[in-house]
Amino acid sequence: MVNNIKSRVLSDQEVIEGIANGSTDELEYLYAAYFPMVFQLVTKNNGSEDDAKDIFQEAVIVLYDRVNSGDFVLSSKLKTFLYSVCRRLWLKRLNKNDRLSFNVQEHEEIVAVENDLLEYQLKEEQFLLMEQSLHLLGEPCQTIISDFYLRNLSMQEICEKFGYTNADNAKTQKYKCLQRLKKLFFG
Amino acid sequence: MFTTPEEVIFRLKYKNEMKKGIDFIEQADAYVRGSMNEEERRLFEEYCKENPSEASKYREHVLLLEKLNEYQNRIDFRSKLESIQSKLETPKIHKLSGSTGIVKLWKNYGYSALIAASVALVIVFSTLWMSGFYSDVKDNSSKYSALKRDMNRIVNNVNAQNKVISNISSNSEKAVAPSTFGGTGFALTSNGYIATNYHVINGADSIYVQNTKGVSFKTEVVYIDPTYDIAILEIVDPTFKEPAPLPYTFKKTESDLGQDVYTIGFPREEAVYGRGYLSSTTGFGGDTIAYQVSIPVNPGNSGGPVLDDSGNVIGVINGKQKEADGAAFAIKTSYLLKSVDAISKDALNRKMQINKTNLLKGLSRTAQIKKIQDFVYIVKVY
Repeated sequence: MVNNIKSRVLSDQEVIEGIANGSTDELEYLYAAYFPMVFQLVTKNNGSEDDAKDIFQEAVIVLYDRVNSGDFVLSSKLKTFLYSVCRRLWLKRLNKNDRLSFNVQEHEEIVAVENDLLEYQLKEEQFLLMEQSLHLLGEPCQTIISDFYLRNLSMQEICEKFGYTNADNAKTQKYKCLQRLKKLFFG
Repeated sequence: MFTTPEEVIFRLKYKNEMKKGIDFIEQADAYVRGSMNEEERRLFEEYCKENPSEASKYREHVLLLEKLNEYQNRIDFRSKLESIQSKLETPKIHKLSGSTGIVKLWKNYGYSALIAASVALVIVFSTLWMSGFYSDVKDNSSKYSALKRDMNRIVNNVNAQNKVISNISSNSEKAVAPSTFGGTGFALTSNGYIATNYHVINGADSIYVQNTKGVSFKTEVVYIDPTYDIAILEIVDPTFKEPAPLPYTFKKTESDLGQDVYTIGFPREEAVYGRGYLSSTTGFGGDTIAYQVSIPVNPGNSGGPVLDDSGNVIGVINGKQKEADGAAFAIKTSYLLKSVDAISKDALNRKMQINKTNLLKGLSRTAQIKKIQDFVYIVKVY
């Protein structure tokens, strides 16, 4: 199945639909079809293979976010979109690290992706905040919160897992954890 | 454990607050999870409607859960990508990068493309050769000569003469280092901007201009235009003083065939006057940027002004045809002015304003020349 999908050329629309449905095949196709281009871009401009993987991962996430935002219309070829995003991200990273300037000969078409990146960056900032908040929350709060809200366990199950003597104690604990997380996240 | 009644009340109140909070969150969670029945849902919604502060608490709760879920999704998605990435291998990447669009195209059609290209080349050049293009080019360039005065030839003669002189008397004077090339230039403005030909100053180390009184000034190039064969110099010598205002003006429009014209130039160390008429409105080989004038010119005349009867500069001498006598060429003034326009005025030390007042109109030719002389320079290139 995987080999099958990789061996044929998918249209941009097929790939986007696949990504929107959370399919792994289309993601694999994306890597197979476009990662080499980005690998070349990054490694020819003072980057390593790992840098290229990082950059490409970011770009796929940007695409994923855009596709899931609902109002996404691909205004160029998917290849051009990914290349433009990667180029922008890599330029930014080079600038940040004060590394040698970017002087790739542009063989590829570029489209403006500033707005797409802006959305992505806002999201990333929120995720970072959430990560820090959860970290500060510590145990057992972190596990209680994710067990209940992410893994959808019942209070009964949580009660047994953590060895609370009665459900009320577990409820109180969960409530306290939640209040702290709110405070940490919303500030 | 509780010391004062106030404290007891506070603790109780706090406990009640918390109990209320716990209950509310429990309800909200049930509402979000959809584990409420119709009746309970309706009651919860009504409760929120009636208590705006509770409603906002609910919204905050839902937002937090949303962010928490997004965060978790992002982590899951990243780990999915990581696992895809870990399957990629560098050598495979190289192989893949070799089979992208253009490379694939090259692999498939490379040889055909090479053959097609070489056939095209052969056809192009053989056609050009057969149509006599190359022989024409060769002929043309040998017929045309730029009128830069090559001093080396003259210098050699002078050296030979010096040798003879030094044989006669041993305390002969040492000649001043002679310039290697020369041409003519004329004032573009009275404050030290000078126009000449690009080919006169091309490849120069340093450029001096010398007026008819024999005084030299150091200059610097401020603009060149190889296409129109125009160069503009600026006198940078501190000893330079503005002579009188510029007597001549510049004619922007095309001049007419048969117009009487004259030039002053320096084919030798003295100013030489030459007169004639405008014999064609195009230059060598139909070149529209130049006129043909029938003035006898010699090497060294290059860069000299061509003036009409009423003292307008209509062109700049820049070359002649080798085989035809009296066929000289002059760049039209409009192209000179184009170059002036192209100079970034901010970069200049002095103001470059083109003169609009003609002081020569109605004067006799000799009176005109007397006035112009001070503004024509020998351009010496070292």
